[in-house]
Amino acid sequence: MSDHPTGIKRWLFTTNHKDIGTMYLWFAFTMLFIGGAMAMVIRAELFQPGMQVVNPNFFNMMTTLHGLIMVFGAIMPAMVGFANWQVPLMIGAPDMALPRMNNWSFWILPFAAIMLVAPMFIGGDFMAGQGPAFGWTFYEPLSGQYDKLAFFIFAVHLLGFSSIMGSINIIATILNMRAPGMTLMKMPLFVWTWLITAFLLIAVMPVLAGVVTMMLTDKHFGTSFFDAAGGGDPVLFQHVFWFFGHPEVYIMILPAFGIVSQIIPTFARKPLFGYASMVYATAAIAFLSFIVWAHHMFTVGMPAAGELYFMYATVMIAVPTAVKVFNWVATMWKGSMTFEVPMLWSIAFVFLFTIGGFTGLMLGVVPVDFQYHDTYFVVAHFHYVLVTGSLFAIIAGVYYWLPKWTGHMFDIRLSKIHFWVSAISVNILFFPQHFLGLAGMPRRIPDYALQFTEFNQISSIGAFIFGGTQLLFLYIIIKCIKGGDKVSDEVWEDAKGLEWEVPSPAPYHTHATPPTVK
Amino acid sequence: MSHAEGSYYLPELSHWPLVGSIGLFLATGGFAYALIYGIDGALGNMTVSYIGLAIVIFMLFGWFGTVIKESMAGKYNSQVDTSFRMGMMWFILSEVMFFAAFFGALYYMRNFSVPWLGGAGNNAMTNAILHEGFQAVWPTNGPANVGGDYKVMPATGLPLWNTIILLTSGVTLTWAHHALKAGKNSQLVLGLFLTVVLGVVFLSFQVYEYGHAYNDLNLKLTTGAYGTTFFMLTGFHGFHVFVGATMLIVMLVRAMKGHFTAEHHFAFEAAAWYWHFVDVVWLGLFIFVYWLI
Amino acid sequence: MSASHITKKLAVLSGLLLAPGVALADYALNMTQGVTEISNDIYDLHQLVMWICTIAGILVFTVMIYSLINHRKSKGAVAAQFHESATVEVVWTVIPLAVLVAIAVPATGVLLDIEDPSKSDVTIQVTGWQWKWQYNYRDEDLSFFSSLAADSNEARQLDADPSLKVKADNYLLNVDKPIVVPVNKKVRLLLTSNDVIHAWWVPEFAVKRDAIPGYINESHFTATKTGIYRGQCAELCGKDHGFMPIVVKVVEQAEYNAWIKSEKAAIAAAAGDSNKTFTHDELMAKGETVYKANCAACHQADGSGGGPFPGLIGSKVATTGSIEEHLKLIIVGKGIMPPFGAQLSDADIAAVTTYERNAWGNNTGDTVQPVAAKAAR
Ligand code: HEA
Ligand code: HEA
Ligand code: HEC
Ligand code: CUA
Ligand SMILES: [Cu+2]
Repeated sequence: MSDHPTGIKRWLFTTNHKDIGTMYLWFAFTMLFIGGAMAMVIRAELFQPGMQVVNPNFFNMMTTLHGLIMVFGAIMPAMVGFANWQVPLMIGAPDMALPRMNNWSFWILPFAAIMLVAPMFIGGDFMAGQGPAFGWTFYEPLSGQYDKLAFFIFAVHLLGFSSIMGSINIIATILNMRAPGMTLMKMPLFVWTWLITAFLLIAVMPVLAGVVTMMLTDKHFGTSFFDAAGGGDPVLFQHVFWFFGHPEVYIMILPAFGIVSQIIPTFARKPLFGYASMVYATAAIAFLSFIVWAHHMFTVGMPAAGELYFMYATVMIAVPTAVKVFNWVATMWKGSMTFEVPMLWSIAFVFLFTIGGFTGLMLGVVPVDFQYHDTYFVVAHFHYVLVTGSLFAIIAGVYYWLPKWTGHMFDIRLSKIHFWVSAISVNILFFPQHFLGLAGMPRRIPDYALQFTEFNQISSIGAFIFGGTQLLFLYIIIKCIKGGDKVSDEVWEDAKGLEWEVPSPAPYHTHATPPTVK
Repeated sequence: MSHAEGSYYLPELSHWPLVGSIGLFLATGGFAYALIYGIDGALGNMTVSYIGLAIVIFMLFGWFGTVIKESMAGKYNSQVDTSFRMGMMWFILSEVMFFAAFFGALYYMRNFSVPWLGGAGNNAMTNAILHEGFQAVWPTNGPANVGGDYKVMPATGLPLWNTIILLTSGVTLTWAHHALKAGKNSQLVLGLFLTVVLGVVFLSFQVYEYGHAYNDLNLKLTTGAYGTTFFMLTGFHGFHVFVGATMLIVMLVRAMKGHFTAEHHFAFEAAAWYWHFVDVVWLGLFIFVYWLI
Repeated sequence: MSASHITKKLAVLSGLLLAPGVALADYALNMTQGVTEISNDIYDLHQLVMWICTIAGILVFTVMIYSLINHRKSKGAVAAQFHESATVEVVWTVIPLAVLVAIAVPATGVLLDIEDPSKSDVTIQVTGWQWKWQYNYRDEDLSFFSSLAADSNEARQLDADPSLKVKADNYLLNVDKPIVVPVNKKVRLLLTSNDVIHAWWVPEFAVKRDAIPGYINESHFTATKTGIYRGQCAELCGKDHGFMPIVVKVVEQAEYNAWIKSEKAAIAAAAGDSNKTFTHDELMAKGETVYKANCAACHQADGSGGGPFPGLIGSKVATTGSIEEHLKLIIVGKGIMPPFGAQLSDADIAAVTTYERNAWGNNTGDTVQPVAAKAAR
């Protein structure tokens, strides 16, 4: 039975949304391991005070590449992978709207990743840390001091180009390819969150391209965007960067909200409590995300009026996010819950993301942020929303849809071990970082004063356990692809949605004739 | 949703995306390499970049060629057409945001950083200690007089002519579009031809203006905040005019070959939208870069 | 990295896993209250927001846990099919909104207090350098650099003897020359930078402000208790961002006055050195100290360099190149290398030049006197 192309060409030249989705997911998984390995280097160096493993420059490079690879290499491509696999399945479309462009969006990524990390290796002296070492936020003028900046800049250009094309495709698919009867307000929430995310991406990725272009011309063509001598301002960089950067963090969380909003109703056996309000809340979060960027810059010396405005706008985001959290809880309330593996991850998501959201709210309060800013409190905040938020949702989504993709049930015993060890160790890893931050440990430092030792050791131990456990995840996935119990088309008891109406494993082409939605 | 004209066209395997990725990788990576290690001689370190560029151009021909062939073969139903339209519209939105970043930088410099350097707001000490005597006025090349004394590019003269030229080109293009919808191919060709000519004239004027700025006004890319914003904004716009004009030339050729019908001419419309977008950006430029100084 | 090297590192790591932490418990769980009125206000605000979040968390999690326990299928729970309720939605939108207002009001008050522009008693211009701080007492005509203390600096080197950090005085939080300010006086800070963005942060004063090249940011504090307060640079500023601490000594006014006086006297004494002639050995000894404190961060103590930082062993500039060029490079800097003209005296520059031209087998035999450095400026 070969209804699809085979061999290497199948992957290099494919126009099939499932193949492209698979490639995105594997790419993201690879990057998660590379970025994760870098995090292990960070945690090893921070295991005790003093410099033991790497030199300071190398450490900064690890921090920088860890952040960049996780954000642009792991989380975002994983979400796009889900969109590729699931959006056509869920809206009853035969494929993505622009299949060739879809392939291009993907194939740019590996090249961009190579350009990002290649400078680490040129010049031969790997341990010297020749790669970018100025933080994932690449603030000017520090980044301007880096001699191989141009590689970094073009890597970002390529990443942006890829994301923009991917998003155009997703929007066109959602708006134009829905099966008859699938009105906007009948779309699964995952589709809704991606529609809005794609819009965010189209709006902010070009701004990121703009700011790196300014860096390029400042460094190589003598412009003065970020140089006071010519009338520019280093802080201008931060404004433009965070105009991109803040929506970017919601780009990483909105599809996660979508995934969790699919999973919880399935295993609570109860429709989502407030579908419409979830849609509006998503839109509200997206809108607000455009007008809060300077909350990352409270210490740059903005006028007080500006600080107050950005504080008010920032804390407002808690309102639509609260609507989301309450809706998930209300969906579980009086449900008939079972705790399959995807549900376990989703419940952990709701708990732990909320904790991360609360610390976000604390950071938004300007005067207090003067104490929190650039400490491990911030690091703890964003790992709670990114690791136990975005990453946990991704893992939940993989467990939820993997049986549909492969036709096999994964090893349930192992996956429960995976869950429990991860959920516990991730808290050992990141919870103590709150204390470190409050006690005054700055972030992005390779070495610290002695009073920070204990919590760093606890955190590092948590990190090694959490990291090691993800090897189990890899094993579970490979095992599931290779074989396992056959699953029904529906996979999960009474699961609702078009994706559960096609066979398991989902055939190469689905919905060739669009289903009709009542 | 209409499925009347058969199912949605799904292309087979295509090697163009991968070719394009490799082309972009070589073009940008090679350029970065040349910037870092120096551009020696005529080609020197840029060779890789040029090869990449050639591959990208080759890919564009191949890819669009395929699409045109498929389109002419009637493989695209109206739903596919809608996908293309949406694709182009959202792409133009992304271009708008790219320009927004640069307009934003201009706005920031004029209204924040330059006044602050002159002591505005809570920056009295910035001026008193670091930039004593610097007066905040726009245009400026900053407290360090970066790039040396220069003269301002006046809005009247060439820029005004260019505004008129671009606006006129918008009119000729719309005329061509009406002709197309009315099925008058010769008027379409003429309208497109005029638009392209106007575009080329615009670009020539722009090149002349740059020469004038560099040679007579000592106004350069390196002339502090003013030179930076002036050349980056007008330069990126000029580049977009170039791309738009190229698209229009392709449309002209296709119109002469009779590719378009009154009902089926998405490619033409895409190029037209792009051209109008470039037009609107110019108006912004004319107002904020040339006029209000 | 050689295999034995890696084994050694692993041994160190695993040793520490077993042994109790090197430092005895001196850790805090919560934010410092600090010694200024503002730091206390911020602490209170932090407590308020934290408790609001904790309570909100407890409420949400209680409902959720209750539901997880009771509404499970295994307990025979049958799913209710209710959904969509406008009333509920409105209620749970309005309540958080009200909570936010309760946070925003006191926060606004504290912020406006912080931005208090009233007159100050002492004005210090703080300039960030990679990787040290320069302090300029603007009313006193007194200016000096403050960098990581030598013992910490030695202990923080890769593969340094681990016991050194325990022996070092306040490892990583100590400087060679702290700033001194009077107690209960408003100290105004004018923050700027010479190269990249740094941030001056002393938790006990609740001051964290960015030092931005080309701009001056203002901040202030009024310490209400004498003592020694420590902080660190809080904005990634390159390789040694983790190694540019801040130490502030808050003293009684009289002690402050005496300190100013003695500092000025010391400066006058050093100025005399510019015209002195030193022996080769004196210069080599002094040069080594200057080199370790200022140059080793990039060029390494053994002159081997690494990464973007050129090695100086056999370097053209430091051997066959002209002495003048060598002096100029140190004085005005080049690329990432900062200019040292402002922070090193003529004698220091002459000494370090002599040192570089003769250390690590460079053996040029050159002796460079302070007058040459003075002439090269
Ligand atoms: C997925 C990514 C993600 C998400 C979702 C968020 C969510 C939020 N973030 Fe976070 N943030 C980051 C990723 C994210 N952040 C990253 C990566 C950084 C660091 C960047 C860097 O410098 O490297 C950062 C940094 C950061 C800062 C800058 C800190 C500093 O550098 O000083 C601030 C400041 O305001 C902030 C605020 C917020 C807020 C208010 C939210 C809100 O959206 C949270 C809203 C959620 C809740 C509040 C919980 C649920 C609500 C309820 C249960 C209702 C009841 C609540 C009440 C009304 C009390 N974040
Ligand atoms: C986007 C998502 C994301 C994710 C998933 C993570 C995951 C992790 N992060 Fe990440 N982190 C960021 C985003 C993310 N981070 C960002 C944006 C920054 C800021 C960067 C900056 O300051 O510029 C940051 C910074 C950051 C710091 C602060 C560094 C500093 O300030 O100097 C630390 C320190 O503990 C840290 C730790 C970790 C750990 C232990 C994990 C773990 O969850 C990782 C788990 C590991 C794996 C999943 C991989 C497992 C693989 C193996 C076990 C293979 C081992 C192989 C070998 C050793 C060869 N991160
Ligand atoms: C911030 C890191 C840094 C510090 C601190 C530093 N240097 Fe340098 N130094 C550099 C860099 C980078 C170069 C290469 C400059 C270039 O060629 O662009 C350099 C070049 C040199 C050279 C020329 C080497 C050659 O072969 O080209 C000499 C000599 C030198 N430094 C001496 C010193 C002395 C003396 C000090 C201390 C007083 C010092 N440096 C402190 C970074 C530093
Ligand atoms: Cu200076 Cu960090
Ligand atoms: Cu943000």
